[in-house]
Amino acid sequence: MGIQRKITLAAALAGLMALLPITASAETSLTIESWRNDDLEIWSDKIIPAFNKDHPEIKVVFEPSPPADYNASLNARLAGGTAGDLITCRPFDASLELFKNGTLEPLTGLSGLDSFSNVAKSAWTTDDGATTFCMPMASVIHGFMYNKEIFKELNLSVPKTRDEFMAVLEKIKSGSRYTPIALGTADQWEAATMGFQNVGPNFWKGEEGRLALIKGSAKYTDAAYVDTFKHLAKWAPYMGKGYTAQKYPDTQNLFTLGRAAIYPAGSWDIATFNAQADFEFGAFPPPTGKAGDDCYISDHTDIGLGINKASKNKEAAKTFLNWMATSEFADLFANSLPGFFPLSNAKVTIEDPVASEFVSWRGKCKSTIRNSYQILSRGTPNLENELWNVSAQVINGKMTPQDAAKQAETGLAKWYAPHK
Amino acid sequence: MEKGVSARRFPIHIAVFLAPAVLIYSLFMIYPLIDTFRFSLFSPNEAGNLNFVAFDNYVKLLTDPDWSSSFWNALYNNFILFLVHMLVQNPIGLLLAALLSLPVLKGRQIYRTAIFMPTMMSVVIIGFIWQLILNPLWGVAETLMWHVGLDAFFYPWLGDEATALITLSLISVWQWVGIPMMLIYAALLGIPEDLTEAAEIDGASHMQIFWKIKLPLILPTLGVVSVLTFVANFNAFDLIYAVKGALAGPNFSTDIMGTLFYRVFFGFQLQIGDASMGATVATTMFLIILVGILFYLFVIQRRMQRYTF
Repeated sequence: MGIQRKITLAAALAGLMALLPITASAETSLTIESWRNDDLEIWSDKIIPAFNKDHPEIKVVFEPSPPADYNASLNARLAGGTAGDLITCRPFDASLELFKNGTLEPLTGLSGLDSFSNVAKSAWTTDDGATTFCMPMASVIHGFMYNKEIFKELNLSVPKTRDEFMAVLEKIKSGSRYTPIALGTADQWEAATMGFQNVGPNFWKGEEGRLALIKGSAKYTDAAYVDTFKHLAKWAPYMGKGYTAQKYPDTQNLFTLGRAAIYPAGSWDIATFNAQADFEFGAFPPPTGKAGDDCYISDHTDIGLGINKASKNKEAAKTFLNWMATSEFADLFANSLPGFFPLSNAKVTIEDPVASEFVSWRGKCKSTIRNSYQILSRGTPNLENELWNVSAQVINGKMTPQDAAKQAETGLAKWYAPHK
Repeated sequence: MEKGVSARRFPIHIAVFLAPAVLIYSLFMIYPLIDTFRFSLFSPNEAGNLNFVAFDNYVKLLTDPDWSSSFWNALYNNFILFLVHMLVQNPIGLLLAALLSLPVLKGRQIYRTAIFMPTMMSVVIIGFIWQLILNPLWGVAETLMWHVGLDAFFYPWLGDEATALITLSLISVWQWVGIPMMLIYAALLGIPEDLTEAAEIDGASHMQIFWKIKLPLILPTLGVVSVLTFVANFNAFDLIYAVKGALAGPNFSTDIMGTLFYRVFFGFQLQIGDASMGATVATTMFLIILVGILFYLFVIQRRMQRYTF
């Protein structure tokens, strides 16, 4: 494989695209394009061997690129005809675009798709709901992780409402030298994703609010969104020193070194924290407005897998996708990658305590996805980029919650008809 | 002699010798430039087919508020980046070169190597190191400032709209100051000693020798250094991308032409890449640099020639 990879690389570099079919067509082999380079070992040591137990005739190679370069390098390889057979799909528009310009194979009629709910498939289905073009693989759930030892030391209990949440932050700040909440705004996405999209669903009632935004019956200037920004602005005094220059790895380290009590999290952090934190940590869902209110969580469809239309091994690729819909894959995937939750309806037992806490919220709360992902980030200015920018500015104290909501709404109204 | 050459038939061997360089340069430099320009004249329709739209993309970039606000912001920031380099990097480079060329200086090689060293390091490493140094949580900067009683002045510079760009510019200056230093140093070494000796005999001080004799003689080098600074800064991308990412925060205060191009051409997160607008930004960058260079060649360099005689 090492040599083949080198040949591939050299050929790509030299622009000698013609060389590639010769190296690739030797046997039925599938190459998977992915941005999950952290998962290389899990794929090569666990998932692919399990697949080969049932299908020894198909050779599978997992070839990830760095996450930030993935979209650009994948597009370049697709255009040059050197992309792999299976393509890991970003949710929504990036993949929809690939389907529309004919690089992804429609999966109509693939039996494995029946094991997924419509919400799970929504991220990889055309706007009219007719065609699905990627097999849903995993979602990530937002919530908060907390350092159990600090909570015990300061005699704190897990907050259920936002008032309790703020009270806990105040107690940590006044009663100890710990940083109450680990969050930085330098990378901007932390503020938007771990902040706004994490606590927001409780304000805008999950799917109800998200779909209303798409229909145009709700606006970003509505109370629900302004209140979300107001709530975020209140976090600022409890964040680490110099949080405006704090980046994601700093935030992670602040928590894993035991210097911060609460970490607004994405479930994908579980694996990192298991490896780095030498204290016990737990998780709680985003607090609600009043005790007993319905709760909503961001259960965001994040990873799918589709077939490259130019692939020479489409049958093998379909076999692989169908295998991915089995409970065997779901179980293997969920337990090898705690924090990435399989989307199929198959019953899965997750052994990791924090991951199983996260997934248990699916039973108690209603799931939704990030509200900027479907349709709303298609135009210029790009809504997701705007949310990153204004969320960071609100927490930095450079912008009022009202102005932030207004900027998001005016940006959207410029190009999206239902908001005009 | 000249008459003889022109009377002979066309010298084919010259064309043969030039061909490899011309071909390779045309294929990898001129062709992509022209093709980028051609591409910027097209725009994809709903179905993704490219239509010829002439200069519509340029009009959009410069007049549509969604595009022009990012464009002017990036251009403005780019000028700030360039100015900091011109006002800080090049004078320091000149000063260091002047100090290095002092005949009394000991350990010259050590200084020269140490100052030039950061230039050879990857920008990613530079960005990483400086972020660690300036990190408000565990950075060494605050401790160092505390030792000299200045810790009250410590601030998360990279996180504030008002200071982030200047901080990044100074990090870049720190990395690249070795280049102007080396170029100017080489020029200073090239000044014949009889000139300075003659001045010394005439009773000129060190300062007078530097300002009245050496500086005018190295002006062409300073011109080249300025042009290099101009081109490098308007093509800059890597340090900003490594430290602040493609969204160049906070609030686009560190966004320059390179990062704007990256976002437009390759896309970012949920923003889908737009190749024809990307080509428009790229061509605009090329034109800005071209105008800058032409200004230097026709206005400044011509005037400078007088002093070199």
